Amino acid sequence: MVDDEAKSILFAGVGGQGILRASDIICEAIMEAGLDVKKSEVHGMAQRGGCVTSHVRYGKKVYSPLAETGSIQTLVSFEKMEALRYLKFLKKDAAIIVNTEEIYPPAVNMGDAPYPKDAIAFLKEHYNNVIHFNAAELAQKAGNVKTANVVLLGAVSNLITIDQSIWENVIKKSFPEKLVKINLAAFQLGIAA
Amino acid sequence: MKVLMSGNEAIARGAYEAGVRFAAAYPGTPSTEILEEFSKYDGVHAEWSPNEKVAVEVAIGAALAGEKALAVMKHVGVNVAADPIFTVSYTGTNGALVIITADDPSLHSSQNEQDNRNYARFAKIPMLEPADAEEAKEYIKLAFEISEKFDTPVFLRSTTRVSHSKAVVTLEKPQKYEDKTGFTYNVEKYVMVPVNARTQRVEVEKRQHALKKFVETFPENKIEINNLDVGIITAGMPYNYAKEVFPDYSYLKLGMVYPLPEKLIRDFASKVKKIYVIEELDPFLEEQIKAMGIKVIGKEIFPYTIEFDPGIIKNAIEKNTQVPVSPYKEELSPRPPNLCPGCPHRGLFYALSKSKAYVHGDIGCYTLSYMKPLEGLHSCICMGASIGMAHGMSKALKEKGKGKVVGVIGDSTFLHSGITPLLNMAYNHSAALIIILDNSTTAMTGMQEHPGTGYTLMGKEAKKVNLKVLVSALGIENIKVIDPLDLKATRSAIKEELAKDGPSVIIAESPCALFKRANIKLKSALKVDSDKCEGCKACLGLNCPPISWKKGVTKEGSKRKGISYIDKNICNGCGLCEQVCKFGAIS
Repeated sequence: MVDDEAKSILFAGVGGQGILRASDIICEAIMEAGLDVKKSEVHGMAQRGGCVTSHVRYGKKVYSPLAETGSIQTLVSFEKMEALRYLKFLKKDAAIIVNTEEIYPPAVNMGDAPYPKDAIAFLKEHYNNVIHFNAAELAQKAGNVKTANVVLLGAVSNLITIDQSIWENVIKKSFPEKLVKINLAAFQLGIAA
Repeated sequence: MKVLMSGNEAIARGAYEAGVRFAAAYPGTPSTEILEEFSKYDGVHAEWSPNEKVAVEVAIGAALAGEKALAVMKHVGVNVAADPIFTVSYTGTNGALVIITADDPSLHSSQNEQDNRNYARFAKIPMLEPADAEEAKEYIKLAFEISEKFDTPVFLRSTTRVSHSKAVVTLEKPQKYEDKTGFTYNVEKYVMVPVNARTQRVEVEKRQHALKKFVETFPENKIEINNLDVGIITAGMPYNYAKEVFPDYSYLKLGMVYPLPEKLIRDFASKVKKIYVIEELDPFLEEQIKAMGIKVIGKEIFPYTIEFDPGIIKNAIEKNTQVPVSPYKEELSPRPPNLCPGCPHRGLFYALSKSKAYVHGDIGCYTLSYMKPLEGLHSCICMGASIGMAHGMSKALKEKGKGKVVGVIGDSTFLHSGITPLLNMAYNHSAALIIILDNSTTAMTGMQEHPGTGYTLMGKEAKKVNLKVLVSALGIENIKVIDPLDLKATRSAIKEELAKDGPSVIIAESPCALFKRANIKLKSALKVDSDKCEGCKACLGLNCPPISWKKGVTKEGSKRKGISYIDKNICNGCGLCEQVCKFGAIS
């Protein structure tokens, strides 16, 4: 499915959005698909509202869990303005998946700083493959707003060749039984988004 | 079986596979999950110690009794535990003793960036350094083997990037636990009075000599011969960064970073034309290799500070000045971590900042209150420092410090290293006020138990220290217990205690808002009445995540330019903003 060079996905967002869980799931799926995989994590931000990123790197053999600047093929941003924060990591032809939900940083909340306008337009101007949708709304449709992370995974799954059955198995393993159906629905909505 | 594991999970698994059943630690990022994970395995004894020094001493006791014992801490925890560590290096370990130091290059969640490889040389203790989770699981086993073979404590050094990144790990069958416990008197070896310690001191040098021989053939010091123009000597995570960008160079990857295999290094150096030493933080390998008379390039081109990544290494070696930049040039508003919605510390620091005191802080979530707009504390050095510093400053300022000097410290931190300095305050006639922020848990690292919670790491009920009785027993006579979510009571307690001459302690009791066991009766989310709100922004002074202010909603007969909002999805209903609002607009 890939050439020898390791590929990189950058997950970015705000603490509490389920970013690490999402990157865990994709790593499990990649591992099940028979590839080597490593990922980096930022801990301790779940409730404290800080920036969270996770680099996922996969291929025949992976050394570094961190990607080099200018080398990442896919950015998955769980929040709209966060997509703008990490562009130096991306390849010029990178694909960008953006949840258009807005979460204001403290200074914006206080009315002291602006929230970036036209983030999507900016991304589209500089990158050819920008996929954007409101993952929270789709998650609500699936039955639980907290499944927005799995909606985004559904969208990522369109860009990486892993069998549907592997994704489904990993999602089943990743959640308590009563939440599996909602998460599978969220995943499908992400694929269609 | 292959599984995805973090470095910390892999260390716990490796220790279990190696037949280790005994471990002690004090939580600290990035090390905390090691003991949490280890405690889940069958048949183990794992305990949270009140601090790292105790953890090491507990592990030494277990090792002398014949156990394979593990002590785990973050880098600065080794400072706390340094005293026993330097001398257990003399006594040796009988069973086995491995000390894990989890370093934090880039200070992701620490007060300094010290390179604990220096402790290995300083204390004459061998140190292994894995590069990822798979190696971490393997190296912890090797660490125990070396400890048993050479009767020495062994360090295993992780870094944040090893501890907190995941990789594919192959699980193996755990070794069966053999009970070899028992104690044989050997006072010459275990009683470190000068006459015995002098003898053991010589034994340490003999062991150093034996270890230096051993490392020459230690299989985890690996040479990879490739392009002979460039050789890279490295260890730990930087090996992965370098391999990523320079897969074709030759490598000497050191699995053991102390002591170094001099012959192997000379052998490698003789094969390659140019050598780079790639290591984060101090030139620890570089200086030792240069002392061998070998020419290498190191800190001339690589940074002394922060953790590396593949790009840093590539740009340094290729002398790239053109590094990738973001096409987005506007400034993006940062997202500093904040106290959680409903956090009881918010009330305490809101009240305290109005008192215009000089506040010495400590290590915990509450350190975050130093930021605007709370600006609740004005210094922070290390675990337990707030109390000694408050006392020292109050003594130095004399009359100028009267009613002005405060130390604040969390419950877990107080039990870690706050008791002795508080005893000192009672003893040395201190005038300062100490506030113990008792939120019933070790919140910063993720809700670990401690001697004040009533439970152990293994989930057993335990003796719960009574802070009020403890403080009183130390000799403090002015003690007040308050609820920091009651602003009026908090303000008046601070005012009253600051007015007193002698040392005072306020215990601010309110469980962490995230602490499930505390079973906090949450009120429903509060709301802003848009008719009553005058847009004065007083509630914003709390810096509570759900509260925002938006321009635009004006009112006839009022100068207001906008109003406050509360995000009902994240408000925990603590009621502080209701108490701060002068217009009764929040309920």
